[in-house]
Amino acid sequence: MGLLEEKFEDNIIVASFDKILSWARSTSPWFFQFGLACCAIELMATGASRHDLSRIGMIPRSSPRQADVMIVAGTVTMKMALRIKKLYEQMADPKYVISMGSCATSGGPYWQYGYHVLKGVDIVVPVDVYVPGCPPRPESLIEGLIKLQEKILNERPLTKKSA
Amino acid sequence: MIHEKVLKYLRENFPGSIVESEEMPADFIPIYHEYWAEIAAFLRDDPDLRFDSLQCITGVDLGEEGMDVRYNFHSMTHLHKIEIRISVNRDKPKIPSIEQIWRIGDWFEREVYDMYGIIFDGHRDLRRILLPDDWEGWPLRKDYETQETFHGIVVPKVKEEWE
Ligand code: SF4
Repeated sequence: MGLLEEKFEDNIIVASFDKILSWARSTSPWFFQFGLACCAIELMATGASRHDLSRIGMIPRSSPRQADVMIVAGTVTMKMALRIKKLYEQMADPKYVISMGSCATSGGPYWQYGYHVLKGVDIVVPVDVYVPGCPPRPESLIEGLIKLQEKILNERPLTKKSA
Repeated sequence: MIHEKVLKYLRENFPGSIVESEEMPADFIPIYHEYWAEIAAFLRDDPDLRFDSLQCITGVDLGEEGMDVRYNFHSMTHLHKIEIRISVNRDKPKIPSIEQIWRIGDWFEREVYDMYGIIFDGHRDLRRILLPDDWEGWPLRKDYETQETFHGIVVPKVKEEWE
């Protein structure tokens, strides 16, 4: 059939470097623990043994320097907003943000009258995936994470073209 | 009972300290703020009263009538409790601090200061405790107006059309 058929030894995979890079990135996005309010409980449950995030390659990191994904889980207050921005800037590229729960997405129960609540974390940092719910169940969060992994998988970091 | 006992003790030891009225309230004791520091030490140290536990300090904004600071005390020794109320002037809210009599008063007083702007005279570290240090205004006052922006973030994102 092809020109390359049976030209290589066993255990050698031929693919475009671009694809391999994004595949490698997508299978181990380590997440930055960022529990801010009640949603953090579900985040913890997701990381714990029943839902076991490490089976999709995600382990919690406590430092922004080691993390690829920031899961903003909970109510973002004005005071915290400045710190979120700072922490986001400290993360190494490539970096992604997941907004978990209504609070992080739009202000949640405080969407109109909470003077101290930021109405959506996307005001200060760019968000890749929004996970709805108050709080979202671990299943929803995992779906959001898988969506993010799909997104990373389709990125072409070298050619700068995203599918 | 304990309420009458405290009233009697205070009338004997600090004449003129109680806000007297026709019908004395049955569940709290209103006093003037001038004597507060001495009265507080007396409440804690008198062997018959021995209010060794300060359980709560609350601020209340009564609108036209000014503002109140309310203290709840409990005695671990005699298992009785009492509530003290002190009115403060809305324009110059200032009352003596009891932070050095009950150490827990430190954070309670900072919280009341944070929300109502009541100055506790003699407090050694009177800063905001919950809101950012550079926040403007006192949020739990009835006439509070939210500031427009906080470090460039618009504070109330009005979402009237959502209703
Ligand atoms: S979205 Fe709901 S569960 Fe999550 S932080 Fe806000 S109030 Fe709590």
